Amino acid sequence: MGDLIKNAVDWATSPTLYFLEFTLAIVLVLRFRAFFTKKIVITGFFVLATAFFVFAFGDPNFNRIVTKPDNIPIVILLATVVYFSWLALRRGYVNDERVKQGLPTVEAEMGKQKVFTWPDLVYIELICLVLFTAALIVWSIKIQAPIEEPAASARTPNPSKAPWYFLGLQELLVYFDPWIAGVLLPSFIIVGLCAIPYIDINPKGNGYYTFDERKFAISFFWVGFLLFWVSFVILGTFLRGPNWSFFGPFEYWDLHKLEPMVNVDLATYFWTGLLGQPRPVEPLVRELPGILGLLAYFLVLPKVLEKALMKALFDGNRAHLIRYHVMMQLLLWFGLIPIKMLLRWTVNLKYIIGIPEWFFNV
Amino acid sequence: MNKLFDYIKNTQIWRSIMRHGYPDTPRNRTLAVLSNFFLHLHPVKVRRSGIQLSYTWCMGGLTFFLFLIETITGLLLMFYYRPTAELAYQDIFALRENVPLGIMRELHRWSAHLMVITVWLHMYRVFLTGSYKPPREFNWNVGVILLVLTLLLSFTGYLLPWDQLAVWAITVGTNMARATPVLGHEGPGAALLSFGGLDFIHAGDDVRFGLLAGRFVGEGALLRFYVLHCVGIPLAAATLMAIHFWRVRKDGGISGPL
Repeated sequence: MGDLIKNAVDWATSPTLYFLEFTLAIVLVLRFRAFFTKKIVITGFFVLATAFFVFAFGDPNFNRIVTKPDNIPIVILLATVVYFSWLALRRGYVNDERVKQGLPTVEAEMGKQKVFTWPDLVYIELICLVLFTAALIVWSIKIQAPIEEPAASARTPNPSKAPWYFLGLQELLVYFDPWIAGVLLPSFIIVGLCAIPYIDINPKGNGYYTFDERKFAISFFWVGFLLFWVSFVILGTFLRGPNWSFFGPFEYWDLHKLEPMVNVDLATYFWTGLLGQPRPVEPLVRELPGILGLLAYFLVLPKVLEKALMKALFDGNRAHLIRYHVMMQLLLWFGLIPIKMLLRWTVNLKYIIGIPEWFFNV
Repeated sequence: MNKLFDYIKNTQIWRSIMRHGYPDTPRNRTLAVLSNFFLHLHPVKVRRSGIQLSYTWCMGGLTFFLFLIETITGLLLMFYYRPTAELAYQDIFALRENVPLGIMRELHRWSAHLMVITVWLHMYRVFLTGSYKPPREFNWNVGVILLVLTLLLSFTGYLLPWDQLAVWAITVGTNMARATPVLGHEGPGAALLSFGGLDFIHAGDDVRFGLLAGRFVGEGALLRFYVLHCVGIPLAAATLMAIHFWRVRKDGGISGPL
């Protein structure tokens, strides 16, 4: 029975399934929020999760990876992110129901009342501070900060992992070259975050939890933050082993695990597969299908969708055209990630454009 | 006993420090916040919804608190740590072996991990309550930069123990800079900057070289990261934090329209 569960978990956490399961979970939770925001659901989740942990700790492989001192924060991250997502959704659901009945939101009602900073706020701050100091001291006494062997530039550890908060980006290296996964996408994340207040001009949902009034914004942030950031950090920490190969949580980190790499460029598919001729030598000719495809994706697609999306997001007001196009460029870059992932999983696509001569691979 | 307290509270010394009585009346509660340097960050009165734990999650405050812990423990660690390839590892190791019950490095490390989590959750909460909406667009931007600085603080600190984990994590991280378009020697466009067969951008002068002060993670990188970690980034972060908090006040509290 135990082995059956372990094998099932190892199977269900392979990158493809892992990603699809997370996506499905987000869709289901948001769609059926009336059910998922019940207290019994979150209690049940944490009870089950704890039971699973207790069961799994008996396994040496699981135990080794989860109890690594530097991995403890990631367990904390998982628990807090789940809890706070639930809490926010619940408060949003309560507010949405109140608005439907013509009542003010909880925040609006409470906000009418003002209280003195001393003592109401300073005491909360003091209690938080004391509790956290105590927790940190206990944590620090219990668990020693690790120190490995002295630095040796000749011995590369396997796996070599970036600090845990960048593991989402390292995971993207499976699908993209470093100039996209390590430079372009992080820059776009920062620029995109900064642009949010100037793109999202929906005046509703300012200062209170809601879902109904900001469906697009909140769904997008859930996908971006929960799926593509937090879940990738967890994947990179617990499920990626030597050579960045995938290992289930109960699997032994075997240095010699081989994953067949049979990835094929789009150019090969097009010239050899479709036209039955050798690939042209001149890079720009060779990569024409990919180049045209990406140009269509970034330039034509926003134009095609302009009317429908402008109406849906900006009431068709053409004054917001620049907002729309900036948003679309950022979203399309973001969309490239799942597109590339799906293409890799389904048709083993390596590069849409592959010009290694110029380090220009997409 | 009460008499003694009364006496102390009426001395010129006490009254020169505390300009108000015990904060149990509206007047004194107002004065307690207004006349205290640290508390005057706060308004005298706040909306009840704005201090509810299930609303704020307390994550912004905790991030600031963890920053203070990092500053204090970091300062103490600086007394015992010399940022050279020869001594760095030894010093960290000695800290562990020779200091009975020493937990400064532990406090520093675990708080740093936590700070990354709290700053993410703070951003998450601000997003979910729509608190970036007008008039707080600019403060959201300051917050984004503070979030990036937090990650950079943690990243630069990662190298300092100078063990295998440190050096190789930073190697993996900084290898990305090689691929920077135009400015990295393995980035697209770098080959365009080639004159008469001579590469203008190569491993000895690209952005990664600038970051590491060398072609690989070595002594130069250690010193650079140390200075950034202990002085450069904390100064920038502290300045931006001051702006961040000040703007919260100027923009009418933590959230909601003006």
